[in-house]
Amino acid sequence: MSRMRCRRCKAPAVIEIRRHNAAFCRDCFVRHVHEQVRRAIAAFDMFAPDDRILVAVSGGKDSLALWDVLLDLGYDAGGLYVGLGIGEYSTRSGELVHAFAAERGAHLVRVDLAEEFGFDIPTAGRKGSRSTCSVCGLSKRYVFNRAALEHGYDVVATGHNLDDEAATLLGNTLRWQTDYIARQFPVLSSEDGLLKKVKPLYRLSELETAAYAFLRGLDYVVEECPLVAGNTQLRYKEAMNQLEAASPGTKAQFFLSFLERGAPLFERQDEVELHPCERCRQPTTGRFCAFCRARAQVLGERLEDRVVPPTDREVAENVSEEVLPAEIYSRAVEGSR
Amino acid sequence: MKVRLRNPDRELEVSGDRRVHDVLVELGIDPDTVLVIRDRELLTREDRVGEQDLVEIRPVISGGSGRTT
Repeated sequence: MSRMRCRRCKAPAVIEIRRHNAAFCRDCFVRHVHEQVRRAIAAFDMFAPDDRILVAVSGGKDSLALWDVLLDLGYDAGGLYVGLGIGEYSTRSGELVHAFAAERGAHLVRVDLAEEFGFDIPTAGRKGSRSTCSVCGLSKRYVFNRAALEHGYDVVATGHNLDDEAATLLGNTLRWQTDYIARQFPVLSSEDGLLKKVKPLYRLSELETAAYAFLRGLDYVVEECPLVAGNTQLRYKEAMNQLEAASPGTKAQFFLSFLERGAPLFERQDEVELHPCERCRQPTTGRFCAFCRARAQVLGERLEDRVVPPTDREVAENVSEEVLPAEIYSRAVEGSR
Repeated sequence: MKVRLRNPDRELEVSGDRRVHDVLVELGIDPDTVLVIRDRELLTREDRVGEQDLVEIRPVISGGSGRTT
């Protein structure tokens, strides 16, 4: 049996993508990945050439691949690493992210959960009512938004790939979580204190992001998070992989067709009103945000003990000039800029 | 030939002189879920492996939190 050949240049292939019925050599595969990311960015108008993008990097293949691609495409992309405190796994992840940033001369923001917020993920998993993966995801989403705002970024980019999105959609559909389905989009627009969030890898499978990271020589954490065992997301991925093995292209069809034909049906489910959390002033639908509630539970604090009053700007934005003297209104808005 | 599996790390011996596809079938591994690496090069399903080769089979699946909750 002869070697597979690259679909584009006929050189010996190093990677086969069965859902495209294609194989690629190294250079053509790197170009294929760049093209898929470009298509994703254009299809959803993810960001403009001069936007500052903060890539949420874990040290895994997806986020490092995304950061690498965005830098190669010429974007102003910095990284955000959140120290989760998961022993050696976190130490190693942090080192790899730091090494990548140093090598590429890219800006890296580091936020350590224990230093900044007084708890780490293993502790939160033990003491809180949420599962470890749930509180981890919640904490990361919270820090992404807050850090991006603090450091003047325009958009947050995460490394969610096609497998992540298909598995999540399967899970949400099995439970008919229509509010989550409505928000499962490669772009979430900015609103009321939430920065725009984008997923430029949604057209690429895990096999493609892993192969890209390997072929580009990116040193990433191959080991799985030690706390992830039994994660429901992994079960959905395994189910999708069985369908994919029997019929290549199923995952892409499921998720990409959802974006085209399914998602519009759920748009009206996504109408929620956001206002600042009374404790941290980050946006939430309730009185306190989910992160502050989880944190208070882990630390054994009462949420009401540390209520932070509205900022001048929040006051000004909620009270029109007609009821607030114009001079005070402008001073409040100017002062909070 | 030697096969190094990851997550968890372990090593085992299987017979070589056949296609990567055949090795993966014997081990019950879906080719779309792994990178197959020999001497810092990726192998496709149709590539052949020899009796003296050391091959790493590296899963591409990653878990973490999905947005299902």
